[in-house]
Amino acid sequence: MFGYSMADIGNVMVMQGFSGLSMFTVLLLMALGLAIIFGQMGVINMAHGEFMTIGAYTTVMLSKVAVTYGFVNYYFIFAIILAFILAFAVGYFVEFIMIRHLYKRPLDTLLATWGLSLVMQQMFRSSFGAKEVSAELPEWLLGSFKPTPDIDIPINGVFVMVLALFVTAGVYIFMYRSRWGLRVRATVQNRVMAGAVGINTKKVDRVTFALGCGIAGIAGAAFTTIASTGPTTGTLYIVDSFMVVVFGGAASLMGTIASAFGIAQAQSILQFFMTSSMGKVSTLLVIVGILMMKPEGLFASKLRK
Amino acid sequence: MNAILSRLLGGKEGAIGLAILAAIIFIVLPLGLDIFRLNLVGKYLTYAFVAVSLVLLWGNGGILSLGQGIFFGLGGYGMAMFLKLEASDPISTKIQTTPGIPDFMDWNQITTIPWFWQPFKSLPLTILAILVIPALFAYFIGFAMFKRRVGGVYFAIITQAIALILSILIVGQQGYTGGVNGITDLRTLLGWDVRADSAKYILYFLNGALLIGVIMVSRYILSSKFGMLLLAMRDKEERVRFSGYDVSDFKIFIFCVAAVISAIGGAMFTLQVGFMSPSFVGIVPSIEMVIFAAVGGRASLIGAVYGTLLVNYGKTVFSETYPELWLFLMGGLFIAVVMFFPDGLAGLYAKYSKKIKFLRRFSESEKVKNTEVLVTSAETEVVPNNGLADDIVKFNVNELGAKA
Repeated sequence: MFGYSMADIGNVMVMQGFSGLSMFTVLLLMALGLAIIFGQMGVINMAHGEFMTIGAYTTVMLSKVAVTYGFVNYYFIFAIILAFILAFAVGYFVEFIMIRHLYKRPLDTLLATWGLSLVMQQMFRSSFGAKEVSAELPEWLLGSFKPTPDIDIPINGVFVMVLALFVTAGVYIFMYRSRWGLRVRATVQNRVMAGAVGINTKKVDRVTFALGCGIAGIAGAAFTTIASTGPTTGTLYIVDSFMVVVFGGAASLMGTIASAFGIAQAQSILQFFMTSSMGKVSTLLVIVGILMMKPEGLFASKLRK
Repeated sequence: MNAILSRLLGGKEGAIGLAILAAIIFIVLPLGLDIFRLNLVGKYLTYAFVAVSLVLLWGNGGILSLGQGIFFGLGGYGMAMFLKLEASDPISTKIQTTPGIPDFMDWNQITTIPWFWQPFKSLPLTILAILVIPALFAYFIGFAMFKRRVGGVYFAIITQAIALILSILIVGQQGYTGGVNGITDLRTLLGWDVRADSAKYILYFLNGALLIGVIMVSRYILSSKFGMLLLAMRDKEERVRFSGYDVSDFKIFIFCVAAVISAIGGAMFTLQVGFMSPSFVGIVPSIEMVIFAAVGGRASLIGAVYGTLLVNYGKTVFSETYPELWLFLMGGLFIAVVMFFPDGLAGLYAKYSKKIKFLRRFSESEKVKNTEVLVTSAETEVVPNNGLADDIVKFNVNELGAKA
């Protein structure tokens, strides 16, 4: 098959599978935020990639501070927290200024947030320069782990994945096991009734949107461990993450995880056997094809529209 | 005949609007601008085709397609393939290892012209392809999605993904499509040099005439029963469906029409600008076209043309002088239009022209007492009800008659 021996193929599968896992974690973190914003609130946030970039730049800047003051080994934890807080704050502000006026017009949120993403990209370019920058990684994140001589598993990938697991668990607990999550789900199901039983639906909206943005910020922090950050980094992931959310079934957490995994792995493995653009094209084509057959996504809640 | 004409022109007011637009395109701009700037305006007017198609599709049909760049690209590439084949005759490409094929194919070690390039050797087939391929593609996408009642946001996201796929595909398949540079160095159309100034004038006027024609056809479509249904579908899709209409067929039809209009724009783009590249196919151009339509007024055909011209004029001016500011302005424009002027320029015009008319009428009829105004308005409200009641009575009588 393609001139490789079986052992080679096995090694390629494991290694590409692992590089696919790093992509999976970034996609998953991006898509989790989107799934909350789009799946729960019906808002299409085209600026979601830029919230990720906020997190990435936060990490890069903090790493520079860490280098000067000598706490490189453990700054990353703070970077994740700070990335979340900053993206959350910006999201909160954006919801207040813009999104809350557009809840009744979902297609218009798409256009307005696209405008927002242009503005944010230019802000990044003006303040951090057009060049791509990368964070100083702590030493324990560098290097790789070799179970056999032919297999090379980068430690940063493993770290990012563990991070994604924690965030996913956190989102699950928040959405399905906490009072806040209950309020969010109640508001989504029936806004008027939720208001009538005393839930402050406006506040719920604002926090939900900001939370989605905050998770995108964490995705940005994770992103710095696998690639360098530029002003337009976010746009590379936006279509992919929307495909993840739609493909998984908009309101389903399991679906989001499964489809992020499937899409990332398919791209990563196909990219090895074809050119990288053809790998991406065939993955997207398959997704679009499946979505045309099954528009509600893989794990849709059983609901007839 | 007269009725058809009035529907094409859109009544008295529509005819005036169209005449003003035609005057600007055909008289004011050619007289006021040198050929370089006029060619630039011609390029913007090709985007206006897409904006007009979005007015049909989005403003009147409520279907937001973020993939109109696909069809613009298909039209543009169709024309570019024809021109490229003509430009790469064996004599002018004799320095290549394989003379007689486009230069980028030669660079990518391709020795024969691939099968899907073959039809583009003849102009009639090319024109047919420019009109038919986008329509078929749109039919395929529309059939797959609208029949399954995929609409709104999902449709927008999926069309956007298709635009992304197509642009990656074009960039990736360099040997067949010219890759990221696109198809460049186009010279003649059936021996007629399209780069000469005289040709640029002729193409500009042809482009303008086509645009006016497209607007008139769109007016005709919108003023028909189908146009009414389209509006009804935009506002209350369920009700139209419950009334027994197959909503998906209407959606597919208008999507195909929009695709063809965009493709015409793409073909005219290639002719006037002299190249076609994937940067006019992907996500960014597709969404920019939406903003052109939104600035002009999403439901106004003529507004879309003005919106396109205005935004592109701004883009040219600002990106020449303050390139940094341009993205801020473009982004701000997106946000402002969506939040504060959802009906765009046309909405502003309608608002103020109505106000002016209202003031004029008010000053004329000052002597009329307020009470009388109230009475007349009350009467006009009652009349339709009476009419309806009459209809119901008639209907019952008819039914009785039928039974008897």
